[in-house]
Amino acid sequence: MTSTAAGFAAAGRRRRKLASYAVLLTALVVLGVTYAVLAPRGHAASTAEESFAVQKGRELFQTSCATCHGINAQGTQEAPSLIGVGAAAVDFQVSSGRMPLARPGPQADRKEAKYDRAQIDQMAAYVASLAPGPQIPQVDLADGDLQLGGNLFRTNCASCHNFAGSGGALTYGKYAPRLTPATPVQVAEAIRTGPENMPVFGPSTFDDHQVNSIVKYVDYVTRSKNPGGLALGKFGPVPEGLVIAVVGIPALLAMTLWIGARA
Amino acid sequence: MTTMTGKAIGGGARYVDERLTSANFIRRSMNKVFPDHWSFMIGEIALYSFIILLLTGVYLMLFFDATAREVIYNGSYMPLKGVPMSEAYSSTLHISFDVRGGLIMRQIHHWAALLFVSSIVVHMMRVFFTGAFRKPREINWLIGVGLMVLGLLEGFAGYSLPDDLLSGTGLRIAYSVGQSVPVVGTWSTFLLFGGNFPGESIIGRLYVVHILLVPGILLALITAHMMILWYQKHTQFRGPGRTEENVVGSRMYPSYAAKGGGFFFLVFGVVAALGGLAQINPVWMYGPFNPSQVSAGAQPDWYIGFLEGSLRLSPGWEIRAFGHTIPLNILIPGVVLPGIMFGLLALYPFLEAAFTKDKAQHHLLDRPRDKPVRTSLGVMSLTFYFVLWIMGANDIAAHLFRISLNLTTYMGQVALFLLPPLMYAITYRICIGLQRSDHEVLVHGVETGTIHRLPSGEYIEVHAPVQESQLVLSPVEPDHPERIEGERGPRALVSAAGRAVGSFFVAKKKDTSVPADQRERDDDTLTKR
Ligand code: HEC
Ligand code: HEC
Ligand code: HEM
Repeated sequence: MTSTAAGFAAAGRRRRKLASYAVLLTALVVLGVTYAVLAPRGHAASTAEESFAVQKGRELFQTSCATCHGINAQGTQEAPSLIGVGAAAVDFQVSSGRMPLARPGPQADRKEAKYDRAQIDQMAAYVASLAPGPQIPQVDLADGDLQLGGNLFRTNCASCHNFAGSGGALTYGKYAPRLTPATPVQVAEAIRTGPENMPVFGPSTFDDHQVNSIVKYVDYVTRSKNPGGLALGKFGPVPEGLVIAVVGIPALLAMTLWIGARA
Repeated sequence: MTTMTGKAIGGGARYVDERLTSANFIRRSMNKVFPDHWSFMIGEIALYSFIILLLTGVYLMLFFDATAREVIYNGSYMPLKGVPMSEAYSSTLHISFDVRGGLIMRQIHHWAALLFVSSIVVHMMRVFFTGAFRKPREINWLIGVGLMVLGLLEGFAGYSLPDDLLSGTGLRIAYSVGQSVPVVGTWSTFLLFGGNFPGESIIGRLYVVHILLVPGILLALITAHMMILWYQKHTQFRGPGRTEENVVGSRMYPSYAAKGGGFFFLVFGVVAALGGLAQINPVWMYGPFNPSQVSAGAQPDWYIGFLEGSLRLSPGWEIRAFGHTIPLNILIPGVVLPGIMFGLLALYPFLEAAFTKDKAQHHLLDRPRDKPVRTSLGVMSLTFYFVLWIMGANDIAAHLFRISLNLTTYMGQVALFLLPPLMYAITYRICIGLQRSDHEVLVHGVETGTIHRLPSGEYIEVHAPVQESQLVLSPVEPDHPERIEGERGPRALVSAAGRAVGSFFVAKKKDTSVPADQRERDDDTLTKR
């Protein structure tokens, strides 16, 4: 390996390391906040902090979510109750831009997030204060096992999301989305909270090591380089057939015309 | 120097000739005339991709191990390291990641396979729409249908070899289609798979089918196809100097040899470019076959897609008879329908001859517009096939275009019965319209582009009359000449001024200017076809 290549590789490793530190750090902060929220009463400082976060969260909630979810998140005709969905569901839905829902449809689409990190944490704290529910998972990619993750992914996720997480159609206009834009934490949250038409995979199905493994595999398969060239959307044989029909055959027919005209 | 080489070659040639008396044959072969029209080169794409398949396939054979025995993968693809899998899958990963040039060979092999079947289909379309299958060429048509079916089989067998998740899903579907056949189905699939699906034997058996049995038959049939072609000679489009008794074009040597040889490299170039630039069948992402796993959007290669589509479109019918359940929802779309489709395809030349009571020999081709019924039937059948094909990928279409999956199935069911007759009617109108515009040219001459203004202020374009020498008369479907008003000449010979205005992608060519007898001709065809 040349020194530049080694340098690049090292830089890549450093970047990945940094990324995992960042993830770890976020997870810790989030954990701190949730802990603060859920910690037993009587701790003067944390109660003050908690009530501040919950307070802010309630305000935010009441301005932008309550029209659909009800003034106390108890649910309305339009939207389900959020009591007991936990911080993980709120973080997933809001950080992936699905909530606040723009317009009703078969399914909420992923969008640019409308709130910043602090606001999302406050809303999550508020919803978590209503009743216990899944907390925002801590993702530890280093703990993940790529081979185990691949196998679990193919058994539990590929039937909806396709072998490489490229997504797929479900019935009646619903769909399992492409997983490329999801962050590792969002992947873990989706696994734990099962948004909409996705099943919930709780702690009795997957332990944390298994979740870390799946997240690691999703990260790998959606971001890895393609040794064979253009990936054609990673949809398997359909785009391959299309390439032959719109590139291969037309190119060769054009050549026959060219040769034929020269005869 | 040159004379010495010349002498050496001459001596060698004499040596061979004195023993095999082949000079006459070789001279005739070298002087054989091939038509110049571009559409005659499509069959060559199929031939050349077959050669590419043989070459790359032999390279893959050196490293591929078609056994179902379980091994622990220990190659360089990280996400599968230490995972148990079949030897077949493991050796495919080995070819892809650890054999020098292995991945590009696999990719060229696979792209060439897709091109092989596609070019057979396009070749068949040109033979169909120009009427080249008519007497005396029905046998070669039948061989062609055989080649296509074997091509599908060969591709399916090859696609199944790596024993990955997608191909295993395909094999399972094939297994259940086989089982849906009443009486013999269960036993014959049991025999083929050596037990229940998936079993240990199928990969090894498919390997024999894929590298020996089907390629052997393909090679034999291709040889027969070419020998019959050589013996019967090419068809040709109508044109000045072209008759039922001759072939106008370039000689085998040197023109055609140069053309064909050059074209081989163009085909190879296109396939190699695809193999080097576009990833195909990334089996490492699919994972090893595991009966409890399935991926969304699991599709077969495109040429099996129509079967996938017909299975997806069929409603869930089943009947119970004699204590057995007959799954009509698999039997009809998976066995009966393709049987009818290929059956009709094979029988078409005989059906057309019977319905039109045409027993004559034909060496001159029809332009599609001049046979509106045949052309419309062809477009109708292609539409039917196309709907099935698209429906084989309806989930991906639904996902990419954000339409409901259920809606696509419903639309497909309607389209399958509605679109083909509609396309028949549209094609028919287009053919008649084109005939009319030919007739227009014949009666009023060719547009010159010169505009005159009349004293009354009206503008007219000057039309030059068609020269007799430029005129190509095509017989038109005898049933419908009355649709074209203002006939000139006998009713069965409605005129088409094809070459006069340039047609079918060919600009006015030298054909029209060079007197017929100065063109190269296949001399022995002048006396006897
Ligand atoms: C326009 C109405 C609407 C608004 C505004 C809205 N939601 Fe929702 N929300 C829904 C609907 C409908 C669902 C259920 C279907 C879905 O998940 O898309 C839902 C589901 C959710 C869920 C998932 C519940 C579960 O069972 O997992 C969460 C969490 C959530 N919303 C949080 C929020 C938050 C936080 C806000 C404010 C930032 C918000 N929503 C604003 C309509 C709305
Ligand atoms: C029954 C089908 C189904 C299965 C199985 C399934 N999912 Fe999902 N998944 C969905 C649907 C539907 C959504 C979209 C939910 C929404 O938009 O609210 C989704 C959303 C997601 C998202 C969010 C993507 C985004 O755009 O933010 C992730 C990440 C995800 N799934 C991961 C997984 C993983 C990992 C597994 C396997 C453990 C899995 N899914 C299994 C159907 C499924
Ligand atoms: C006689 C010539 C041929 C030989 C020796 C041959 C050999 C092979 C071998 C050894 C494999 C397995 C290795 C691998 O999958 O990479 C393979 C795969 C395959 N073959 Fe062939 N083959 C031949 C002709 C054909 C033809 C004519 C077709 C198609 C019409 C075809 C289609 C395929 C396909 C689709 C695969 C799967 C490739 C992949 O893994 O991506 N082959 N072939």
